Amino acid sequence: MLSMEEVSKSYPHRGQAVKALGGATIHIPAGDFVSIVGPSGSGKSTLLLMLGGMLSPTAGRVLLKSESIYDLQSAGRARLRRENIGFVFQTFNLVPYLTAQENVQVPMFLAGMEGEAQAERSAALLERVGLGDRLDHKPAELSVGQQQRVALARMLANDPAVILADEPTGNLDPETASQVIGFFEEFNQEGRTIVMVTHDPRAAARARRTLRLVEGRIVDESHGNNALHIA
Amino acid sequence: MKLRTLVWREMFERKSQMLTCFMAILLGITAVVSIKNVTHYSEKAVARELDSLGANVLVLPKSVTLQDYYSADMHDEVIPEEYVMRLTMSDIEGVDNLSPKLNVPVEVGGRKFAFTGILPKSEFQAKAAWAGAGIFSRPMGCGAIDVGGEPEPEDKKTIVRKRVIKDLGSHEVLIGSEVADLQGIAEGDSLTLLGEPFSVIAVLPETGTVDDSRIFGHLHTVQRLAGKGEVVNCIEIVGCCKEIAAGLVGGVNKLLPDAKVVTVKQVVATQQNVNGTMERVSLIFLIIIVVVGGAGIANYMFSNVYERRREIGTLMALGAESGVVLRIFLLKALLLGLAGGVGGYVIGTTIAVTLGPQLAGVPVLPMPVLALWGVGISVGITLVASYIPARRAAGLDPVATFQEV
Repeated sequence: MLSMEEVSKSYPHRGQAVKALGGATIHIPAGDFVSIVGPSGSGKSTLLLMLGGMLSPTAGRVLLKSESIYDLQSAGRARLRRENIGFVFQTFNLVPYLTAQENVQVPMFLAGMEGEAQAERSAALLERVGLGDRLDHKPAELSVGQQQRVALARMLANDPAVILADEPTGNLDPETASQVIGFFEEFNQEGRTIVMVTHDPRAAARARRTLRLVEGRIVDESHGNNALHIA
Repeated sequence: MKLRTLVWREMFERKSQMLTCFMAILLGITAVVSIKNVTHYSEKAVARELDSLGANVLVLPKSVTLQDYYSADMHDEVIPEEYVMRLTMSDIEGVDNLSPKLNVPVEVGGRKFAFTGILPKSEFQAKAAWAGAGIFSRPMGCGAIDVGGEPEPEDKKTIVRKRVIKDLGSHEVLIGSEVADLQGIAEGDSLTLLGEPFSVIAVLPETGTVDDSRIFGHLHTVQRLAGKGEVVNCIEIVGCCKEIAAGLVGGVNKLLPDAKVVTVKQVVATQQNVNGTMERVSLIFLIIIVVVGGAGIANYMFSNVYERRREIGTLMALGAESGVVLRIFLLKALLLGLAGGVGGYVIGTTIAVTLGPQLAGVPVLPMPVLALWGVGISVGITLVASYIPARRAAGLDPVATFQEV
């Protein structure tokens, strides 16, 4: 489903190249649930962004369904994200002036879905995450846990095969965090592939396998029996 | 969810910013529309006033000079009266009035004056109307403002202002002020000229020109008494300045190749200068509004893009192509431009119609064409000023969504 081949990423900083990721090769098969852990600045978010087609590598290839993401133009990568990838952010990134239902409709609008179908599907998705009675609430009128659930509903809007989550429980209390990870497990059981960056060991432990990143290199894998090559 | 929902909601999310930007556009367009509206009617009023300066195009015999014309036109050179009908029946545009004249010397109370034959407008206008064609079948009224009121009664003294009067009897005369003063003649008196009696129907106000020492009578009567046949010394034309510049003189020259056609440059230049000044004032205001308004809108849009970069990044992460982001900002600019243009037209027109008569002393009517003008400028400014910020938004790096902003 998702793979990285000898991918590295360097940023120029005051005339010097800073290595964020060094020669990583990863294969994530369909239906996998991978958590990526590591200290701050270890390159976790860089890796996630590159898997999502939003940050081009300095070297190497990133493939989604055997298609080299960065050989596509930016419009092609946008289409690929729209059709295959659902993002979950640590700070939810809901549009503040739209209601919960409208926020969930945004990816459907981007995919060209008709208004009525958007309304129906968004209501069903919000119902699924337990917010059927909060359709007309704006993000500021919801608790953080509810906001993250709206973000989960939005992520499911276009029925993505791959879910990329960046610290999805970082802003949540343990109980809500557990509930969110529960949703991820549910989505994984439906056959979706999940890659989750997290600092939370309890959340990481609920993934099928965990990759540990230190200073831009994958140094460890636990519960791993899938193809992983530590570069 | 539609693009316009997204744009509409965002505009009202940041009401104060949006209102500030909207007010800048609204006030700018209001100013432009009201100035344009008042200027338009002021130009018309000025043009009308300048009509009183007299004819601005003269048709003279080939050998006659302007100096001869200004010294009462007392010479023997003539052109056929038929030229009047040729002009009247032509399709030349921009002739507001025309007046043929024949001068003969007469003695009144031992002093010599010019007895000037003029042709009342009703006579050649009637012939043209009967023929169903000609310059007066589509009146230009280049200096006139039709405000829909009662028409003013025809005054015999309009000869002073408009160079032509509507009706004049064969034995009626109009007396210049100097002639009246020197001879003690008043309105209603009788007068014998070249052996025939005439009744004085009006004493003309003083003009400070050679007209003050003229006695105006019917052209055909003067022709008969002078025994000169159907001829005139000159044809005075009051032409619209824009048409003079656009080739009225050339058109008359072509029509009357055996006559000399000259423009009274001072009159034409004065009218054109006044019109030019009005246009320049409008243009200066327009430039100020385009620059200031455009800069304000661009500034607003840049800061809007900056504030919304996380939202834009999120949209991109969700699969928005850069074209969608570009459209979000341009649609917002379009809505602001449309609202500013329509609002500016309504307020600007109201101000012009209400305050115009007090400030400029002219009647001002709404001009629907300014609605298109106002909306066009408003939308044009907002779109142009927003294009670069919108492009910047469309080119934002979606990675920004993952960073705390």
